[in-house]
Amino acid sequence: MLVNLQGPWSPLIGRLSLASIPYDNPILVTTFIIVALLGAVIVAAVLYYRKLPYLWREWITTVDHKKIGVMYIILGLVMLFRGFADGALIRTQQVMADGPDSTGVLGATHGFIPPFHFDQIYSAHGTLMLIFAATPLVAGLGNLIVPLQIGARDMAFPYLNATSFWLTASGAALVMISLFVGEFSSAAWVGLMPFSELPFNPGVGVDYWMWAIQISSIATTFNAINIIATIVKMRAPGMTWFRLPVFCWATLSTNIIGLTAFPILTVALTLLGADRYLGTHFFTVGMGGNFMLYVNLFWLWGHPEVYFLMLPAFGIFSEIIPTFSEKPLFGYLAMVGATFAIAGIGWVVWAHHFFTMGMGPGLNGYFSAATMLVGIPTGVKSFNWLFTMYRGRLTFATPMLWALCGLVLLLIGGLTGMMLAIPVINYTVHDSVFVVAHFHCMVLVIGAALFAAVTYWWPKVFGFKLDERNGQYFFWTFVIASLVLFGGMFALGFMGETRRLDYLYDPSWKPLLILEEAGIFLYFVSIYYFFKMLYVSLRDQVPAEADAWGTSRTLEWLTHTPVPFYNFAVTPQIHALDELAWRRSHGLEKAQPEQYVPIHLPNNTAIPVIIGALSFAFGFGLIWRIWWLAGFALLGMIVAVIIRSFDPNKGYILSAEDIAKMESNTGSASVIAEQPVRLPLSEVEAH
Amino acid sequence: MATNIAAGADTRLWNAEADEHDPISARTFGFWLYLLSDALIFAGLFASYAVLDNSFNAAGGPIAAQIVHPLEGLIQTFAVLGSVLSYSLATVAMKKGSRTGVIHGILGAIVLSGVFLGIGAHDLLGLIAQGDGPDRSGFLSIFFTLIVSHGLHMVFGILWMLVMLVQVARTGFNQDVVGRLLNLRLFWQFQASVWVCVYVYVYLLGGYN
Repeated sequence: MLVNLQGPWSPLIGRLSLASIPYDNPILVTTFIIVALLGAVIVAAVLYYRKLPYLWREWITTVDHKKIGVMYIILGLVMLFRGFADGALIRTQQVMADGPDSTGVLGATHGFIPPFHFDQIYSAHGTLMLIFAATPLVAGLGNLIVPLQIGARDMAFPYLNATSFWLTASGAALVMISLFVGEFSSAAWVGLMPFSELPFNPGVGVDYWMWAIQISSIATTFNAINIIATIVKMRAPGMTWFRLPVFCWATLSTNIIGLTAFPILTVALTLLGADRYLGTHFFTVGMGGNFMLYVNLFWLWGHPEVYFLMLPAFGIFSEIIPTFSEKPLFGYLAMVGATFAIAGIGWVVWAHHFFTMGMGPGLNGYFSAATMLVGIPTGVKSFNWLFTMYRGRLTFATPMLWALCGLVLLLIGGLTGMMLAIPVINYTVHDSVFVVAHFHCMVLVIGAALFAAVTYWWPKVFGFKLDERNGQYFFWTFVIASLVLFGGMFALGFMGETRRLDYLYDPSWKPLLILEEAGIFLYFVSIYYFFKMLYVSLRDQVPAEADAWGTSRTLEWLTHTPVPFYNFAVTPQIHALDELAWRRSHGLEKAQPEQYVPIHLPNNTAIPVIIGALSFAFGFGLIWRIWWLAGFALLGMIVAVIIRSFDPNKGYILSAEDIAKMESNTGSASVIAEQPVRLPLSEVEAH
Repeated sequence: MATNIAAGADTRLWNAEADEHDPISARTFGFWLYLLSDALIFAGLFASYAVLDNSFNAAGGPIAAQIVHPLEGLIQTFAVLGSVLSYSLATVAMKKGSRTGVIHGILGAIVLSGVFLGIGAHDLLGLIAQGDGPDRSGFLSIFFTLIVSHGLHMVFGILWMLVMLVQVARTGFNQDVVGRLLNLRLFWQFQASVWVCVYVYVYLLGGYN
């Protein structure tokens, strides 16, 4: 049953050998040195400041939704940076390798990256940006904000939540290690078929891609279960469905998509895995396979995945624009309806990613019309945001700037999307960089929303705002970079440049390619300002109010800043949509509870991080076909889950006196402050 | 649409009793959501089966009518439904607080699902032995994958039942154990429903087509 591989294999280390280490590739060796140095500096700093116990107790074994959210966001930002580095390499290669006269260095005929390595770079760029940057950022914000906005103590299943995070981290670690051990997929982030099949792609690259996504998509499914259950079951008293903040509605709809779409990806990748490992014929070219089945399954997940990322962005805009317009959101109900309309339509448009499959005019017509239908609820949303701002008292703080920039990008991306929804145009520009420029505008909407969200909610978690001046420099350089880069790319798409080329044949494209490279340069400047913003903010640490922006409307701004680890000392009673605005209008926003009651909280657990580490070993074992490693890791995961089920740990009780003490000195309860060890209930009873 | 309430002197701003959520209800709801995602895995597999269930996907190998045995499948169906019945009797015993009743019901469910898995494994191994394994054709690939996916669900269900046998015997019916027994019932009925779909779609439609 097992596929016979060409090349060496040993039972002990599978396909691994010294030749798997790409020490002869100067780009990878340089990257390795940088990563190793950074890693060494971080490890040395942790050890020097004796922070290892703190990290282990307060972060690695935590089940607190806020800390898990922060870790998700850090993971997402690191992967965003790595994905950007890949993008910069792609752009630089193309500008160097334009025209037959272009020279080559470092073993490339043109430019500086040989074709096989270039293929891996664009495959990694897409995989990282969508699966390991945007998805963790969205999951992290959902984790961080949703329980606070609905007045819950934590997620419905805190232990499952930590497990989701560590599985995601394990998938990201697999992508990272593919840089230095073996290779990454050369078959694009979508897994081009049948090119991803073993005969055409016999290395470990596709296996790395497949298992990294597989592990992290299971994590996303778990996270979706958790967030839906939290919103349905854990809302504070008085928070009826139509008092739910719009961001929660957006997160709810997004996770319904996540819950229903990611299993389809699991199926697609499992069938591909069966082809590559067991020699089945799902997507092969002969023996009764059907590779368009893969393309359909992939986009049956892939298109909902786009809205999975986009809807939280819309939710973020819907929180930020009212805050900085000092007006309630225009058309709350229409907004909720439009959110679910987009989520629903997102399920029935998948084939517009391959109009050229040849499904005939009937189906092409249907998918074209369905795709255009998305424009209606999206238009409703855009006008709602505009009407929210209309005659508002606008403040152009950094989060608001990001939100406005997101609206402009949504317009550009949306209108070009409408063009692509017309099959006739689509046939013409299919697989050209016009398509690439279109969807980059769309994902930049998500990017803008995520930067907006990080700036907006930063003070809630850390107790101080991000530096406004450097934040605005970061914003403007980023926006101009995006417009310069993707403006040039739209034009090149019309001129006929196709996607994924390591060598461009037309020297007349050079000026526009140089323009795109200028965009990359500006992105580097914007990254400089991003880090400067972090540095200045961490240095100054100007304390922020509970309602950091002064005009916020929703519940998360009611509790202290920085938020205590127990969220609310006493659960608030909800009276209106926009509870904080309601309390402010009645002069109650500073009201504090008069007496406290004990709070029941879950204890930390190391099982999630162990499961994450074992899933990494499982994936690594399967990628290199080290069967014993994969087998033991799988067994280990099952045993870990069973052990956990025998754990009588009932969490611990935070007494009313402790809460009163911490409420009078809120810094001591902040999520980043070190907490004393609190014994679980079962051990307290035993004493 | 939300209406704004006017604040008075007796407006209640905090609600200390609100912390008491019903943990079993949250767990069961979460498990229903998991079953929804699992059902979509099977939806994907059934859709793939529909695509690959053509004579040209058989690539010269057997088609469904040549390999499925609807009568044998009927015995399997009775075994799986009997297993669900046995497990349901265990939950009836749980309501009465009878540990031995629960343990007997679960043991019955394990034995009957063992019968099911035995027949299924015998079938599939026979096909592999005669050269019609999953690597023979696109059709046989999805045929095996669909049936093995369901079988794997049963194997994990049996593993879960074994753990529950120990927990019921050791700790009795505390909140965690009862929550798990209820979710396991959902899971067991879910896999049985999937089997009914497999039986109708693969065995009956394939066998009498």
